[in-house]
Amino acid sequence: MISKKWLQVAGVAGAFPFILTACGGGDDADASGGGSELSGQIQIDGSSTVGPLSEVAAELFMQKNSGVQVSVAMSGTGGGFERFCNGETDMNDASREISEEEVALCEENGIAYEDVQVANDALALVVNPENPVDCLTVDQAKQIWDEGSSVTTWGDVEGLESGDIADSEITLYGPGTDSGTFDYFTEAINGEEGRIRTDYTDIGEDDQAAVVGVEGDVNAMAYIPYSYFTEAGDSIKPLQIDSGEGCVEPTLENVQSGAYTPLGRGLFVYASDVALEREESVAFMNFYIENSTEITETAGFIPLTEEQMTASNEQIASLTGN
Amino acid sequence: MVIQKGKQPQRARLAVAGARNATESVFGASSRADRIGNVLFRSLLLLGMGFALLGMVSIIVWSFVDGAPRLDMNLITAGPSSITPETAGYRTAILGSLYVIGGVILFIVPVGVGAAVYLEEYADQTRWWNRLIEVNIQNLAAVPSIVFGILGLAFIVRGPLDLGFVAAAGSLTLSLLVLPTVILASREAIRAVPPSTRLGSLGLGATQWQTIWHHVLPGALPGIITGVILSVSRAIGEAAPLLLVGAVTFVMFDPSFFEGQFSVLPVQIFNYAGRPQEEFRVLASAGVILMLAVLLVMNSFAIWLRNHYENKNAR
Repeated sequence: MISKKWLQVAGVAGAFPFILTACGGGDDADASGGGSELSGQIQIDGSSTVGPLSEVAAELFMQKNSGVQVSVAMSGTGGGFERFCNGETDMNDASREISEEEVALCEENGIAYEDVQVANDALALVVNPENPVDCLTVDQAKQIWDEGSSVTTWGDVEGLESGDIADSEITLYGPGTDSGTFDYFTEAINGEEGRIRTDYTDIGEDDQAAVVGVEGDVNAMAYIPYSYFTEAGDSIKPLQIDSGEGCVEPTLENVQSGAYTPLGRGLFVYASDVALEREESVAFMNFYIENSTEITETAGFIPLTEEQMTASNEQIASLTGN
Repeated sequence: MVIQKGKQPQRARLAVAGARNATESVFGASSRADRIGNVLFRSLLLLGMGFALLGMVSIIVWSFVDGAPRLDMNLITAGPSSITPETAGYRTAILGSLYVIGGVILFIVPVGVGAAVYLEEYADQTRWWNRLIEVNIQNLAAVPSIVFGILGLAFIVRGPLDLGFVAAAGSLTLSLLVLPTVILASREAIRAVPPSTRLGSLGLGATQWQTIWHHVLPGALPGIITGVILSVSRAIGEAAPLLLVGAVTFVMFDPSFFEGQFSVLPVQIFNYAGRPQEEFRVLASAGVILMLAVLLVMNSFAIWLRNHYENKNAR
């Protein structure tokens, strides 16, 4: 009697996932059309800044090559390199160069790789639109953000006309230490990766939180990736940066031409030699570069210039040996 | 006890009212301070409940207001998309979540109940090692989920088991996370079965195993299912340990259990919520509603199952 009941329970519990899978599996057939013969899996991990870009590339690529399964994770540039150098992923999205420790780890595990530039990116220092400040020199930015900085109010920043907010305390937002944006900003402004004051609000990997914070506070300041401030529109104001040759606005042209320094940069995908032995990986990388304009603009980044595309193609070719 | 339902409470109430009247007529009504205390305590309790409700209601209202434009079939049937967020959905994440949770249920029910039966029915409570196991299980229930994620990465994904970054690894990791809860709840349920039931069965010549299988477990089943419901509800909402064992944020293909990449609902929602574009944030809110709905369906089923057996036992 009772063992029958148990069988019922076990049966229902066991069938549960399969019932639901069956319900969801209706339109599998749709995926099997498509143009090419390529098949296989490509695993990408890495920067949460480059991740959305790789997602767009993966999606467009899979529309043309439905046999290939591309997955994108975002563990951060550093977290991604750890898996990449362990041979667990095929490609790593990176918003900075590979570090010496990571190079050593890759060497230890016999993973050879090339860095392929896939887009341009820029960081922006943003403030509330009500804030009277429009332009900062690199030195002023460093005064505010440097390790052990004594700046607490806007008036503390030397040589900065901050009008009626001079006596107000600055509220600072910055991404977590795992983020490539953090590494890049600290290196570019404070001169050493990881060097930064400690009393700012750490928003982790969630750059959107900085936008929300600055939007609601006249005295707030944050550094965020390019795509976040173009999306945020008028709710926040990007500051111009003066690196010695006058104030430069973070616009598409200024970033591509390299005038917006030091906060403009390239975004990279590191591909391993093992991955590029497979033709679907090579096809994906070539696709990524060829369709740079469409991919970068969809994801809110800045496309490669002609020279950059040529350089990237050479990098891919050097690994595949063609 | 259950047979007399209906008559007994009425009689009991009458008796209490009579006794109360008698007491008050002899000693006088309770003092003003006591009556104020009575009202005050009641309102404190109401406040506590109101606060808990407020949190839940505001999450639901907020995600409905935010996610309303995206509550359509695409949300369930379409995969993720970075190009067209306005028609993207959670198909692969829902499937990933179901695989992971299905695996969790298959693992925790036999292992959790087995451990509980051993500890309650077989283990000698006076031995130090059994008491040590007990304390450890209780402590384990309070370990942060991320720690289990690290454990899963080191021992299940890499290391001895070497499963790789697959749904099965996610299942095992979450199972370890919720196992203590299942064991503790099952033990309580087993302990609540009256000793006389066991003694009667043993007295009639049944073996210990027959006694457990035919009398103890059926009686404890509703309590055990409650424990499983709570654990599964916790597991389905976990994102942190799954991020470590390889739940990725973007898979367009349907996952499978033992190979290939997978994603789960909370991870996908987390990813969308952090995007700058407005469409993704609407999608994230819609995803929250979707997750609440999935949770509600799973829990309703389990509660139905529990009530079903509760009624059977009562008869």
